[in-house]
Amino acid sequence: MLQKVNVQNVKDIVILFSGDSGDGMQLSGTIFSNISAILGDEIATFPDYPAEIRAPQGSLSGVSGFQVHIGSDIYTPGDKVDVLVAMNPAALKVNAHRLKKNSVILADSDSFEQKDLEKALYKTNDPLAELGLTDVQPLFVPITSMTKKSLENFEMSAKDKDRCKNMFALGLVCWLFNKTLDAANEILSDKFSKKPLLAQANIKVMADGFNYGQNTDATVSTYRIETANTEKGFYTDVNGNTATAYGLIAAAEKAGKELFLGSYPITPATDILQELVKRKDLGVKAIQMEDEIAGICTAIGASFAGSLAATSTSGPGLALKSEAIGLAVMAELPLVIIDVQRGGPSTGLPTKSEQTDLRQALYGRNGESPLVVIAASSATNCFDAAYWASKIALEHITPVILLTDGFIANGSSAWKIPNMDEYPAIVPHNVSQYEGESWTMAQRDKTTNVRYWAEAGTEGYTHRIGGLERDFVTGSISTDPVNHQKMVNVRQEKIDYISNCIPDLEVMGDENADLLIVGWGGTYGHLREATEKMNVNGNNVAFAHFQFINPLPKNTKEVLLKYKKVVVAEQNNGHLAGHLLDKIDGLKLTKYNKVEGQPFCVEDLVEYFTEQLKN
Amino acid sequence: MDISNIKMAGERQARDYKSDQNVRWCPGCGDHAALNVLHKAMAELDLKPHKVAVISGIGCSSRLPYYMNTYGFHTIHGRGAAVATGVKVAKPELSVWLATGDGDCLAIGGNHFIHAVRRNIDINILLLNNKIYGLTKGQYSPTTDRGTITKSSPYGTVEDPFRPVELAMGARGTFFARCIDVDLKNATDTFVKAAKHKGASVVEILQNCVIFNDNVHNIVVDKSLRDDNTILLKHGEKMIFGKDKNKGIVLDGWNLKVVTIGADGYTLDHVLTHDAHATDNTLHLKLGLMAPENGFPLALGVIRDAEGLAYDAEVERTTNEMKAKNPNMTLNDLLMKGNVWEVK
Repeated sequence: MLQKVNVQNVKDIVILFSGDSGDGMQLSGTIFSNISAILGDEIATFPDYPAEIRAPQGSLSGVSGFQVHIGSDIYTPGDKVDVLVAMNPAALKVNAHRLKKNSVILADSDSFEQKDLEKALYKTNDPLAELGLTDVQPLFVPITSMTKKSLENFEMSAKDKDRCKNMFALGLVCWLFNKTLDAANEILSDKFSKKPLLAQANIKVMADGFNYGQNTDATVSTYRIETANTEKGFYTDVNGNTATAYGLIAAAEKAGKELFLGSYPITPATDILQELVKRKDLGVKAIQMEDEIAGICTAIGASFAGSLAATSTSGPGLALKSEAIGLAVMAELPLVIIDVQRGGPSTGLPTKSEQTDLRQALYGRNGESPLVVIAASSATNCFDAAYWASKIALEHITPVILLTDGFIANGSSAWKIPNMDEYPAIVPHNVSQYEGESWTMAQRDKTTNVRYWAEAGTEGYTHRIGGLERDFVTGSISTDPVNHQKMVNVRQEKIDYISNCIPDLEVMGDENADLLIVGWGGTYGHLREATEKMNVNGNNVAFAHFQFINPLPKNTKEVLLKYKKVVVAEQNNGHLAGHLLDKIDGLKLTKYNKVEGQPFCVEDLVEYFTEQLKN
Repeated sequence: MDISNIKMAGERQARDYKSDQNVRWCPGCGDHAALNVLHKAMAELDLKPHKVAVISGIGCSSRLPYYMNTYGFHTIHGRGAAVATGVKVAKPELSVWLATGDGDCLAIGGNHFIHAVRRNIDINILLLNNKIYGLTKGQYSPTTDRGTITKSSPYGTVEDPFRPVELAMGARGTFFARCIDVDLKNATDTFVKAAKHKGASVVEILQNCVIFNDNVHNIVVDKSLRDDNTILLKHGEKMIFGKDKNKGIVLDGWNLKVVTIGADGYTLDHVLTHDAHATDNTLHLKLGLMAPENGFPLALGVIRDAEGLAYDAEVERTTNEMKAKNPNMTLNDLLMKGNVWEVK
């Protein structure tokens, strides 16, 4: 019987699809975020899956999640959860502490048997009470058995039928959020275009889930999300890794260069390689090599031969590439090194996100080895960051390390397809820029100290380069002490000069604010949201976020010394804070550091910043 | 060494490939010969110097690019093969050479070496094997014979060396050749063949280190011993060697055997004819492993030169095929073809 639906108008909603790593939660979450985007919501997503491909079924370590934040003014996948889809008791237990008051728990009652509870180490038969979940809206639905019934007449194995249960859950969620299924049907038909039976089965189960929701339960509130009032234009959905790949392609097109990527698979950076190997249609040469070192070394070779060359990796891979990065510094070759940061040290937390590689990027090489370090602030910003990294590399003939992180690399957002005419030109500093008489590889632009790049294969410019120190004037090998000091200085000055070529540090908020919140990289969304909440609460705080870390923007000192209180918040033990203190005399700051492998929690930030204002 | 009588095929001269840098190897080092041979071979191949890239890693022999008037890149220890791979994939029209030593190539760079060979990237790998670390002053290398006393093995090494031919064949190499530093004519000929081969060419050059491992290759290099202890393999020719050219290699069951032609009933007909182009590398490996210490002459010349798809050419081909499907496509075109919605 149809009952009256209670529709809430809320600005934004966080939904977490959670289950066994084999339950297909990533797919349900992805489809839901896609249809939300198509229907006009802003979205941000966060897949959270275990390092093991298949941990023991029903165990706490095997819980896999996909979080979707929909609504308007969305910068992060959200902290606390409004709706939890829990396919088993383990998923409920792992996420219980993240539930908001009055949140909805949509659970598969078929998987809450005694044995299931034991696998997830419950001590009683009442999981909600045991977890202290008294103020929630539980919705226990026999998802597994309903799915089985739904597919009674399908000629499929029992196992295949069982695997469709994620679609039942998805259908229910769509019902909860008034999402029609048309777009989802299309996505499924597309995804299983080669397996029409599977497509039909998934579509049917999803529809049954939707109808089940509509036909039964009136005890939970359902929500309608306001359509976002976004800028006009064409939009698509990207995650940070894809946006990074696109940014490199866009830069190569702008610079008139062939794009080369040498890489080796590593979580969470592999998608960059996987996107670029697809782009042979755009002339991209992306190759998978035998190891991390070969990945960067092929890129260095390609750079020597005139390509826009890049390598993609995560923290442990960056460590392996260190010596080769030093070679690119010494030989002075353009190179983009992308580090999608994850939890460390060593193998650490491969699927979790941190900002703990900043010091490695800045200092992790032998010798005085300066290079450019920049960071992307969101999934969509990865595009601009990769573009800028390429621009600086090609125009200043230097390696550039671009830091993203697992959180923004895998998180996705709606992205306005950029108009490349609006992007700055990229003019590689090659021999065609040289106006002197006889070129040698040692010559530099007198202002920028940038040498003139000669692609191997160009007539009239044969030369030798290498990792040995060379003479400032002739370019021949040199061990002369005075010359070495001069070369050390020149390499440093070349990087320092770049501060003249990058945008100033922007400040959001009042010049006379009582507190300046400072961050960098993928924490942008959380810090911005915290800043806004602080000001809504009646405080006066400002926010500055670094994308260019080495060299720092020219106005950095002026900005940071303006405020009485400065808090540097980062997901490490103070890497940016240390860098700022090193570069800016007289700076006083407080550090907010969290290294849990999880994104910042806006509520915690607000609490900390509020405390700071009292001191 | 007088090499002026080697005939030139093209217009270019060996001196066109020499840089203005002073060569700094020790007097008498085998690297000098290899450098001269490379200059000669490039002249014979008539390569435009600006279409050549010589890459190296670290070690004595890896100084070689500085002495070339071509594009040159002295990289980091062991990684030359990977850098060379990047150069070749980015610009397949370049003639790419890798100068590397036994330590650089087979110890720290072993992984890149086997994968470059397996991938069959069209580069020419000059493996200068002196069975010792020279630049760090006399430690044993992965090709040092068991029991050898060096600075890092004062009581003799307790490990077996790599045999480069075995690694190359194990990695499914399509070209393997061997030469000695003192035989400039054959070395030049071998370098030229290596350059003409489409795919990864490995040339092992037995090279003398006068300071730390003098005369290590004496048994095959010394003029009085060379004829009986080496055999120069030539495709399509009988495997004959010896001072009197009366010894031959024959098949004996699964194994090779040295016979004297005209003795024990063996005639020239029994002697094997070298087929460097054979796809199956079994015999090539057997020939490559022949050595005086097991009663055979050491095989010199091109041991294997088989056809295979070159990696760089395949990258180029597949890229061009994909590009041809949508010529002039840009990133924007690609994005607009995807899952796009318009906000009006």
